[in-house]
Amino acid sequence: MPEKKNILLKLFISTLYLSAFTFGGGYVIVTLMKKKFVDGYHWIEEDEMLDLVAIAQSSPGAIAVNGAIVIGYKLAGLAGALVSILGTILPPFVILSVVSAFYTTFRDSFLVSQMLEGMQAGVGAVIAAVVYEMADGVLHSHSLLSNCVMLAAFLASCILQINVIYIILACGLLGITKAFYRKRRTSAA
Amino acid sequence: MIYFELFLSFLQIGAFSFGGGYAAMPLIQEQVVTGHHWLSMTEFTDLITLSQMTPGPIAINSATFVGLKIAGIPGAIVATMGCILPSCIIVTLIAFLYLRYRNLSALQSVLDTLRPAVVALVASAGISILITAFWGSSAAIVFTNTRWSLVLIFLICIVLLQKCKMNPIVVMILAGIMKTGLSFIQGVFV
Repeated sequence: MPEKKNILLKLFISTLYLSAFTFGGGYVIVTLMKKKFVDGYHWIEEDEMLDLVAIAQSSPGAIAVNGAIVIGYKLAGLAGALVSILGTILPPFVILSVVSAFYTTFRDSFLVSQMLEGMQAGVGAVIAAVVYEMADGVLHSHSLLSNCVMLAAFLASCILQINVIYIILACGLLGITKAFYRKRRTSAA
Repeated sequence: MIYFELFLSFLQIGAFSFGGGYAAMPLIQEQVVTGHHWLSMTEFTDLITLSQMTPGPIAINSATFVGLKIAGIPGAIVATMGCILPSCIIVTLIAFLYLRYRNLSALQSVLDTLRPAVVALVASAGISILITAFWGSSAAIVFTNTRWSLVLIFLICIVLLQKCKMNPIVVMILAGIMKTGLSFIQGVFV
């Protein structure tokens, strides 16, 4: 693990830069964080990243901010959390302040609207690429339960439009049941 | 005391918006439009459009927008602080507990079950973004309505990411430039 001051600086710059380009909601920043902190810097293991995302997802508040807090805290404690919150909220704060001053010009600009439409397709591609890697990892674990959970959660969220909180709660309950069942079986044997 | 009111109002938005993004919208509307009359309904719609066009979470964007309008830069800062304070406390606490107790077998089992679900949730969010990109936010999903230029850009981006291993942010910006370029070409020929 690199020295702490260095981490804080890198953390601030990374969150600043990720947040400035995160169009399209919390999940996008989470995928970008995965690319940066897991694949780029190797600061966090992939499994741990998914746990942190689950925490960010199931807590109240904006997912991008929550994601920044968990990752900052994991890497450098409270100071890390503060630094990454600052990095995450600064770009939207500054950009929105500037843009709201020129709102109508901005809204009606053909160039801006075309850029944004194109970027949406790009964001979709980034998410698709990351999901492909992560789903591949789950499939290769050869765990029937994991695969069923992945499929069921996907159907529940994408087709049935069930609120993510309920999906996370249900999976948590399933995990507790599994632990309880396994414990009873080992103590009986 | 307007600063305190702003702070309190966005504190509630921060504390009760589960699920992020659009899930926070009705709550923001209730606080800002119906409750305090800080924004008219038209201004609120403008705010949502602005949030879609600029980076950052809707809740943070609203805090900045409303704070600026009601009480200038200090107002924007106070509202943003209120909005992130609940996250700071709750998420740090959970992260602390997670890092401390994750080796417990029960917690391990819960986390093992959650991980594949998180992958599925990210996939589902990606699909809704692509649907908006390919068919627009309101139009029905019909084959003839497909915006093929964006489908093409999506496929090019996949190749750039998977085969050329390009940086995702560079790919996103390139996608924006490609779309602008294509529209200009279309404009010349039509």
